[in-house]
Amino acid sequence: MIRVGIDVGGTNTDAVVMRGREVLFGLKTATTADVMSGVVNALKEVVAGAAVERSSIGAVMIGTTHFTNALVERRRLAPVGMIRLGLPATSGLPPTSAWPEDMLAAVPMHWRLAQGGYEFDGRELGTLQPEQIRSFATEFAALGLRDVAISGAFSFINDAQEHIAAALVREVMPDARITLSSQIGRIGLLERENAAILNACLGPLGLDVVAAFEQALKDSGISAPFYLTQNDGTLMSAEQAARFPILTVASGPTNSMRGAAFLSGLSDAIVVDIGGTTSDVGVLQAGFPRQAGIAVEVGGVRTNFRMPDVYSIGLGGGSLVNADMTTLGPRSVGYNIHTEALVFGGRTLTATDIAVAAGVASLGDAAKVAHLAPESVQRCHARLQQMVFDAVERMRTSATVLPVVVVGGGSILLRECVGDAAVTIPPHFGVANAVGAAMAQVSGEIDRVVRLEEGLTREQAISQVRADAELRAVQAGANPQTLTLLDVEDVPLAYIGGNSTRIRVRVIGDLNETGIATGTAA
Amino acid sequence: MTLIEATDMEAIAIGGAVYGTGGGGDPYLGKLLAQRAIREHGPVRLIDIDELNDDDLIVPVAMAGAPAVMLEKLPEIGPMMAALRSLEALLGRRAKAVMSIEVGGLNSTIPFSIASAAGLPLVDGDTMGRAFPEIQMTLCTLQGIAASPLALADEKGNALTMNTISNAFTERFVRSITMDMGGSCCMAIYPMTVAQARKALVRGSITMTQRAGQALFDARARHLDPVAELVRVTEGFCLFKGKLADVQRTTDGRFGRGVAQLQGLDDYAGQRLQLLFQNEFLMARTDDAVLCTTPDLIVLVDLETGEPITAEQARFGLRAAVLGLPCVPAWRTPEAIALVGPRYFGYDHDFRPVEQTVMDR
Repeated sequence: MIRVGIDVGGTNTDAVVMRGREVLFGLKTATTADVMSGVVNALKEVVAGAAVERSSIGAVMIGTTHFTNALVERRRLAPVGMIRLGLPATSGLPPTSAWPEDMLAAVPMHWRLAQGGYEFDGRELGTLQPEQIRSFATEFAALGLRDVAISGAFSFINDAQEHIAAALVREVMPDARITLSSQIGRIGLLERENAAILNACLGPLGLDVVAAFEQALKDSGISAPFYLTQNDGTLMSAEQAARFPILTVASGPTNSMRGAAFLSGLSDAIVVDIGGTTSDVGVLQAGFPRQAGIAVEVGGVRTNFRMPDVYSIGLGGGSLVNADMTTLGPRSVGYNIHTEALVFGGRTLTATDIAVAAGVASLGDAAKVAHLAPESVQRCHARLQQMVFDAVERMRTSATVLPVVVVGGGSILLRECVGDAAVTIPPHFGVANAVGAAMAQVSGEIDRVVRLEEGLTREQAISQVRADAELRAVQAGANPQTLTLLDVEDVPLAYIGGNSTRIRVRVIGDLNETGIATGTAA
Repeated sequence: MTLIEATDMEAIAIGGAVYGTGGGGDPYLGKLLAQRAIREHGPVRLIDIDELNDDDLIVPVAMAGAPAVMLEKLPEIGPMMAALRSLEALLGRRAKAVMSIEVGGLNSTIPFSIASAAGLPLVDGDTMGRAFPEIQMTLCTLQGIAASPLALADEKGNALTMNTISNAFTERFVRSITMDMGGSCCMAIYPMTVAQARKALVRGSITMTQRAGQALFDARARHLDPVAELVRVTEGFCLFKGKLADVQRTTDGRFGRGVAQLQGLDDYAGQRLQLLFQNEFLMARTDDAVLCTTPDLIVLVDLETGEPITAEQARFGLRAAVLGLPCVPAWRTPEAIALVGPRYFGYDHDFRPVEQTVMDR
């Protein structure tokens, strides 16, 4: 199958065409102010460059920062009606507790606390009151709301009440876009609920962006189905993406790490993605990005859904270098590198100029940096190497020296070694993120508290959870024959009797050639 | 008296995580609850115990149960108030102040919300000077102060009062009732007079947590080494710096037991350290020596930020420093060591004060 991968970043829109595991053609283009015209340009150019028939393209995979940017910039966020199923408990910390003021201002929130929720052992905490839910929905409808989020205590163990509540809301608001917290987050009611609210407030934008991508493909003469990449490096259908835009947050670093794994053939490595302004360092474990710990802030709001563990430093190809060449970054000329850097005839001393002057990189006009004092240049470049090495060191997981894979447009800055680690710069390093998007797979995940009693062993419990995760992956479009276990986590609940343990299982498989079924997202 | 405002809770919560020694639950939710209460009801009056009369009643208020459950059934003031009022009704007198049972973990921040909502002062002190997993593990027990009568309340409106023959029995009953209440509950416990409290109180321990948290904020603002600053203000010792190379967890159904292995960095390159935990970190040992054990405090912090890392958060790859903080002297008597020393937790080792093991090296 021929696949097209696109990664829309803040600075560049990268695109690649692949036949099976072979990269046919890749290119970087500038991200345009309206985003979509840049996507159309990239698509047209990359398809022309690869010299393939448009009709032979089987799928288009897109990674985008649209939704992250909307949250960070507090733009185009819809008002949300929020119902939490948790009374008689949870009222001490109502929805949006601990949100930053400017986010509260950007997302007009109408939250209600309803009877409901479960205990950790599956008993009902509160009994759902249908009339109460309908009356809240009636209020939301009167306020003109379309986007609704529903959360419930322990809904990640049992999502039944959230689904019933959604059906009740739909009775009153047939057109409501409803996000259930159990579809997105893990243990931690506030954080899971936050993720649900953020997803709900992206509702209209989700539809618009997906429609715009559809139009962009059409304008490029491509009729293949398209998919958006999620932050765990897996795919969702256009229809799912419109419903779960929040799951695209941080897909950029994930795509470049997955691309680095694919291009280098390494499944355990440290990946350094050097862009124009920053470098992102992440760790590949069995071909996938290591995930971050518990709470991750998105637009200043604490959430707990899966995110790659990425350490960023303010060093990139466009990083400013001071006059005596002792410091690099964090300020950068960014995407103006091609006009601002000395080697391109500009007037700003950048990290790229240092690499050229040091003889590490060859691009632009080396004569334009010939006047720089050689010792200072070498010292400055050593400093650059050290900055990357320190970041790599920080992300290392053991004394074992993992290989370092460097991707991104700024890869040219580095020598063959970073500290004691050999550097691999794979082919097509500049468009690794688009390759990662093109090669993305489909996953399923379950995170659940299980009580080990009545003869149920840990192993049996884990295999039950795994079976459910596999089912979820297949529903999301994975080919059942290709499913493999990605990771298992088993953490006993502290300070409590009864042998309760929290089990999280993730499985992954290749995209079914027939495409993704239109179920719920993983 | 000091007024504690909502913004002060930031430092107290971080300090509470430091003194939580890896366990006791994340003070984060208690902090949010306290901040909401303070915004609604006003600042908390943090007082020295000498501002009260000898026969005034003090009631510690705390949460019991699994921190993981509280992540879902978010803490709230209602059940705390219900427990406090139930106990007052049983005793036939009103509390003049509330107190913290443990200054580490979630319970470091919980008492602020009830103090604010009930309009009662909070005594600057606690009964442990750290976090411990069981109810009888207090300096009160050593001073013959009973945990009972006590009251437990849940969010459903259930409130129970209890009389027990020993603090160890209180622990057993509270555990099983907590399960029936849904994995977490609020307690008003260890009612005591000011005269009694003076004997068991770790004085100034709330200010101590605030100072620890503030030290981390200041270090960050002034670009100082946060770990060194934390060691300085806690009057502790840096025992090790390294990278978490392995974390193994097992369960006995009640404690999150396990072992974390660290590979040395910087001055400790080539060395290894083992951290043994049962909810809290209880023992730090190298291949040939035990560096620190309970009841002294073992604190794992991020090498760069100085932020405390819980046993639950401990994972492969984190770069961390291991600190040893001397416990209060009252924890070092033979009776105290029998109550909370290494052997109680099943480690065949004699307690040796951390300042002595540091001298040995």
